[in-house]
Amino acid sequence: MQPNDLDRIARQIRLRDLQAVFEAGAGHIGGEMSAIDILTALYFRVLRVWPDQPKHPDRDRFVLSKGHVALALYVTLAKRGFIPEEEIGTFLKPHSRLNGHPNCNKVPGVETNTGPLGHGLPVAVGMAKAAKLTGARYHTYVMTGDGEMQEGSNWEAIASAAQFGLDNLTLIIDHNRFQQGASLKDTNNLAPFPAKLSAFGWDVTEINGNVMDEIVPALEKRGGRPHCIVAHTNKGHGISFMQDTVDWHHKVPNAEQYKIAVAELSEAL
Amino acid sequence: MNAVTPAPKLHDCRDAFVAVLERLGADNSRIVAVCNDSVGSSKLGGFKAKWPDRLVNVGIAEQNMVGVGAGLANGGLLPFVCGAACFLTGRSLEQIKADIAYSNANVKLVGISSGMAYGELGPTHHSIEDFAWTRVLPNLPVVAPCDSIETAAAVEWAAGHDGPVFLRLSRVGVPDLLPAGHTFELGKANLLRDGDAITLIANGTVTHRMMKAADILAGKGIEARVLNMATVRPLDVESISAAARDTGAILTAEEHSTIGGLGSAIAEFVVSDAPVPMKILGVPGIFAPTGSAEFLLDEFGMSPAAIAEAAVALIARKSSRA
Repeated sequence: MQPNDLDRIARQIRLRDLQAVFEAGAGHIGGEMSAIDILTALYFRVLRVWPDQPKHPDRDRFVLSKGHVALALYVTLAKRGFIPEEEIGTFLKPHSRLNGHPNCNKVPGVETNTGPLGHGLPVAVGMAKAAKLTGARYHTYVMTGDGEMQEGSNWEAIASAAQFGLDNLTLIIDHNRFQQGASLKDTNNLAPFPAKLSAFGWDVTEINGNVMDEIVPALEKRGGRPHCIVAHTNKGHGISFMQDTVDWHHKVPNAEQYKIAVAELSEAL
Repeated sequence: MNAVTPAPKLHDCRDAFVAVLERLGADNSRIVAVCNDSVGSSKLGGFKAKWPDRLVNVGIAEQNMVGVGAGLANGGLLPFVCGAACFLTGRSLEQIKADIAYSNANVKLVGISSGMAYGELGPTHHSIEDFAWTRVLPNLPVVAPCDSIETAAAVEWAAGHDGPVFLRLSRVGVPDLLPAGHTFELGKANLLRDGDAITLIANGTVTHRMMKAADILAGKGIEARVLNMATVRPLDVESISAAARDTGAILTAEEHSTIGGLGSAIAEFVVSDAPVPMKILGVPGIFAPTGSAEFLLDEFGMSPAAIAEAAVALIARKSSRA
């Protein structure tokens, strides 16, 4: 699939995500919009996965460590055929398997339960280490938020990934520069990330994480060390009034805002 | 001159754990050990010598250790994640909740040197809260074997169980109580001695103390039932119901806080389904003073003589109700 096609799919996923947030009256729309281009590239170009065999032992692994953007993952999984597209309408409804954070025992395609931050990367290290021990050829990807990197468990995992020589592991940091309450800069500024990851023995690639031509080659890159993609993204990407504003971490658009957002995302669909 | 009864041989249950792990590991290359720089204290030196690649040592990083365990299981391996019980459970509780229990990952958590095995090292190293922290989590069986025979059987069972398990082991020497060839059954207490005056229930390092207490009681003409209840979750409610019905009083003892452990679990059932007088022996909700595990168990009323005294007092409460 080519970048133009991926862009089109990403816009469709954004639109469905926006609709679901509006209908459910909840969600984490800012971080969903920042991550959707990468999720699209993963599921429609990079990952070797089989929706009809979600537990296939050779599948590539993807862990959404920033589990609060579960809706973006659900919409992507639905579009890719893991779950019915109409099921997105049940998001956050009573007894829906699509709750606010992904559940691997209920939703095909989800690898491990996330929600509390700083959990996905250690699990991904275990997945990659398992492949090394068994000789499996799958690749493991994990996406964290930039604020999430404040969790110390991530740095335990980063050190061990280098120690274990996990060249089959790719960490994507969705660097949208905002966390729940404020900017990263005004909270606990871990940026710039590249020198820190390099110092731990990782290869690092910096990209614009909302541009397919940069996302795809970075995800497909292979080297001799664990690989971190520092993806510079925009919180609320694709919706002009949401972009780069902390308010839209988990705000829900009103009817007027929703209409504007739908119009913007519908352009060039 | 009376013959002197030789003191029973005491076993460090870690030896039984690693013996079974290495035996199973020889036939099953999916078995891996994960540890936090605890090769020595978890007695994993033999496993490491045999299969160095299958010993995954993450260093002193327990949160990562548990997460890595979940990932190894996702990749088709059968990880035994080993560390001092105080750090494994306390430091990594959220990982145990989210990555292991809620994700239902096929990971065996092995808490070594639980209870007050590190008695002299102080409360930071005591693990007398771990039943409370783990037994509240769905999907996670909690098992504290009483001797080396039950430890071996429980490890064998855990390896074959499809799902997470928390095995709570000690390094404190205990005599063998169960018969050779014993098979572990999850959620099934073992009747070690029958009686009708009271039921004594314990697990881990305290069960043999209960047996000695029953001997003392027998010397007074009081026949106590003794149940070894290794499984704290799921609880053997049938045995507890029968104990309440047949003996009318239940005394529990454990190397754990009196809050939230085996006694609490039993009390939760007894109070609603089988109300009889009950007493819970353990560490009474405080940070324990300095001393060996054996000293501290005695200190907190779990010497055989003190257990027997508590039993007599409880039996008196039973008759005062009649």
